[in-house]
Amino acid sequence: MSEQAIKHPGLNLGPAHGKDDEAAGTVMFGFWVFLMSDAILFAMVFATYVTSLHATAGGPGPRDLYDIKSVFIETMLLLASSFTFGMASLALKYKHRKARLIGWMVVTLVLGVAFLGFELHDFSSMFVKGGVPSRSGFLSAFFDLVPLHGLHVTAGGIWLICLVGQIVRYGLDTKTKLGIMRLALFWHFLDIVWIAIFSVVYLAGLT
Amino acid sequence: MSEQAHNMESQTKAAQEERKEFRSYAWGIGLALLLTVVPFGLVQWMAMPRVTLLIIIGAFALVQMLVHFRFFLHIGFRQKREDLQLILFSTVLLIIMVAGTIWIMASLATRMALPGSP
Repeated sequence: MSEQAIKHPGLNLGPAHGKDDEAAGTVMFGFWVFLMSDAILFAMVFATYVTSLHATAGGPGPRDLYDIKSVFIETMLLLASSFTFGMASLALKYKHRKARLIGWMVVTLVLGVAFLGFELHDFSSMFVKGGVPSRSGFLSAFFDLVPLHGLHVTAGGIWLICLVGQIVRYGLDTKTKLGIMRLALFWHFLDIVWIAIFSVVYLAGLT
Repeated sequence: MSEQAHNMESQTKAAQEERKEFRSYAWGIGLALLLTVVPFGLVQWMAMPRVTLLIIIGAFALVQMLVHFRFFLHIGFRQKREDLQLILFSTVLLIIMVAGTIWIMASLATRMALPGSP
C-alpha cells in the first residue's frame, strides 16, 4: 500500500482528495461496524441452516434440489463484479474521467443483475421439484439464508443506481465519493458471504 | 516552474501507486478464481471420502475469505489498532455463537435420538 497514514480499513482515498479524505475516517469506521453486525446476522442464519440440515421431513434434500453448474456461474458473476467494483474504486481514487467510473459501476450492476437472474431461476426450478419453503424445516432455513443474501445484492444494486444518479446530478462531492467507498465495502463483503454460501450450502450439500 | 515539477513528481508517484493497487486486485481475482475452481472441480468430478472433501471445502473457503479481505478490502496489519480490533472481536463473537449453536443443537439431536444424529 502507501506510506501515508491509513485513516480507516479498506481502500483510502488518500491526501490528494483533501477534505473528502478527512471526512472519510469516521464515516467508513461506522460502516465497518454495520458490516460486522451484518456478518453476525448472516452467521446466525448459517447456524440455523446447519442445524436444520436433517430436518427434511421426507421432502426433497440438497442432492435433489441443487444445481452445481448454475451455482458455479453465479459464483463467477459475483467474483467478476467484485473485481469491476475494485476498478471503479481505483477510477474514483485516481481521479480518472467520470465516464470511466460510471462505466465500471454499470458493468458491476449488470453482473449483479445477471447473478440475481440465475439465482431466481434456481429458486423457481427448486419450486418445480417441490422444494418450497413450507415443505420442511430444511427448506425454510435454506430460503431464510440464500434469499437473504440475494436481498442484500438487490439492495446493493438499488444503492448503485442511486449513486450513479448522484454522480450525474451533483458530481463527485464528498457525499457521493464516500457513498461509492461504502458501497464498495458492502459489495466486497457480500462476495465474502457468498463464499460461505457456496461452500457451506451448495458444495457441502452436494458431497 | 518548480510547482510544475512538483506536480509532475506527484503524478508519477500516483501512477506508481495506482499500478500497485491494480496489481492487488489482479492478484485477488486470480487467487480467488483458483480457490473457487478447485473445490467445485473436486465436488463435480472427484470421488473421495465425504469427510476429506468437507475438510478441503472448508479450508479453501477460509483461505478465499482471507484473500478477499486482504486484496479486495485491503485489510492488513497496518490498520489503526481499533479497526483491526473491531474485525477480530466480531470474528470471535461470530465463532462463539455459530460453534455454540451447532454444538448445542447436535448434542440435543443425539440425546433425543433425532434423525441426523450421529
